Amino acid sequence: MWAMIVKEFRQLKRDRRTLAMLVVLPVLLLVIFGYAAKFEVSNIPTIVVGPQAEQVASQLQGPFQVVEVDPGAGKSFVESRLRDGKAVVGLVTGQRPLLALMDGTQLFAAQAAEGAFAHMARAAEASGVTPPAVTVQILFDPKLMSSWIMIPGLTGLILLFIGTLITSLGIVRERQSGTIEQLAVMPFRPWDVIFGKIVPYLLLASLDLTVIVGVGMLLFGVPFVGSVATFGLGALLFLLVTLGMGVLISTVSQNQGQAIQLAIMFVVPQVLMSGLIFPISSMAEAVRWIAYVLPLSWYIEISRGVMLKDTPVAALWEPLVVLAGMAVVVLGLAMLRFRRDLAPSARHGRVTAAQPEPVSP
Amino acid sequence: MSVVVGGDGAGKSTLLRALVGLVPLSSGISRRPSKEEIGYVPATAGLYTDLTVEENLAFSGGAYGVVGSELAHRSTELLERIGLANARARLGGQLSGGMRRKLAVAMALLHRPALLVLDEPTTGVDPVSRSELWRLISAAAAGGTAVVATTTYVDEAHRASTVTLLEQGRSISTGAPSEIVAAVAGKLGVVRSTAQPQGLSWRWGSSWRVWSPTDVLPEGAEPLQPGFEDAVIIACLADEQEVQPVGRAR
Repeated sequence: MWAMIVKEFRQLKRDRRTLAMLVVLPVLLLVIFGYAAKFEVSNIPTIVVGPQAEQVASQLQGPFQVVEVDPGAGKSFVESRLRDGKAVVGLVTGQRPLLALMDGTQLFAAQAAEGAFAHMARAAEASGVTPPAVTVQILFDPKLMSSWIMIPGLTGLILLFIGTLITSLGIVRERQSGTIEQLAVMPFRPWDVIFGKIVPYLLLASLDLTVIVGVGMLLFGVPFVGSVATFGLGALLFLLVTLGMGVLISTVSQNQGQAIQLAIMFVVPQVLMSGLIFPISSMAEAVRWIAYVLPLSWYIEISRGVMLKDTPVAALWEPLVVLAGMAVVVLGLAMLRFRRDLAPSARHGRVTAAQPEPVSP
Repeated sequence: MSVVVGGDGAGKSTLLRALVGLVPLSSGISRRPSKEEIGYVPATAGLYTDLTVEENLAFSGGAYGVVGSELAHRSTELLERIGLANARARLGGQLSGGMRRKLAVAMALLHRPALLVLDEPTTGVDPVSRSELWRLISAAAAGGTAVVATTTYVDEAHRASTVTLLEQGRSISTGAPSEIVAAVAGKLGVVRSTAQPQGLSWRWGSSWRVWSPTDVLPEGAEPLQPGFEDAVIIACLADEQEVQPVGRAR
């Protein structure tokens, strides 16, 4: 047994990546998630409209963070701002009681807002003042069903697994079995091989996506109120990023073990930091930027927006552009790295093509 | 047909990989036909173990534009020649080592390449399969395909029109087998005893071969005309001793 233990340690010592993952990663994850994994919402973006907008806005305290005040606007304006994701709470003044509209897809923020209104009422009563009556109306997810929030995000998580993990394994398998050398000698261009590798997974992932959305709607009653085309565009861009990431991981991995490790390091932070479970707005400022470099964060904004709120494509231009940019960068890098495997001779030395005579073996 | 002979680590695979473009050249020129006209079988694998025999051939055909009836005709022809006509539906991973190598060569031959590059096609293959493999390769060469193959088996190099002996990444002798034999310098002898004789010697059946870089053989050694295998061993010894070969081989 001693011999086995020594051998295992020797092998581990040579596998620096595994060693780093065992030692550094837990510490790193603990620090990051310590700051990121929070359900408490301290800032709730709020807009106030109606004749007394200025007065009400000045009285609002934390956690409400007034982002817009428009005395000339009404309820429909608030609905549209909430649909576009510009605010979570909208107060409509000029009526008794005050109308508070909330974006139910921002589950924790909406719950925090409800709590804050109740707290404000109790505080007012305690000081002998008649509290302003507020009618709360929750939009998009009126019962604050967590399954409604989770399923659009889960579709992204599944695309992430297929795109990154399975694709990276597929290409590393070619390297390990030595068939990648043959592909390099065959008359394929690098993008023939890359797209030949990712198109089947793209189709499978699209099928999976359709099934998950269908099951979510049937079993959990999740609505799909927005445009299928916008949803499809967002999913396609997100898939291209994840598939490109899979190819990129495979180009820097020598075996399937390394590929799985890297893929996990790419996938796990997205599960915890993309807003899938913990709201991005609750994260500490120092780690919030991590959420913005994760593609799943942007996909979730699109999927929740389209499925639950019918957010129009114009309001989703930012996540769509970010995902498109990420797809270009990641696929471009993957292509460059892959070229090194497939056409090394193109970089150095002289190669001349001989003119063979016709043969007929 | 050119065969590159050398021991383990001599640089045979690197030479072939440089020839097909898998290794960047630090200097020099690699002349080869376009990718469409090369058939390459690497030392490892050469086929997909999770595809059937037929699917492997179809992939290779698709890559080189051999499809439809031409693919069917050519697959049948090659499978019959390598004795796998009844194993079309068998997975590559379920084939024996020899069968895999034969299938890999068949895949490389499917598109009738102008240049066939084979890295140790017979290593780890039983004698019968080795012979079948060389018959397949020879038939392609007879049909006009230029073949470059590496091997560690000296007897296989005898079939080639040109043999290159590789040692530590250098070519120590190149020429037709007869030229390599004719280039042997010094003297070869045979010693019929169990004890190893003095000088540069190697075991040959129950006797010993002994080679002297000069014309003087050790005592007890009978002079002998070298065969091809002797010539290959002598070329390696001469290289170690820095003895120049004679004749046309270089």
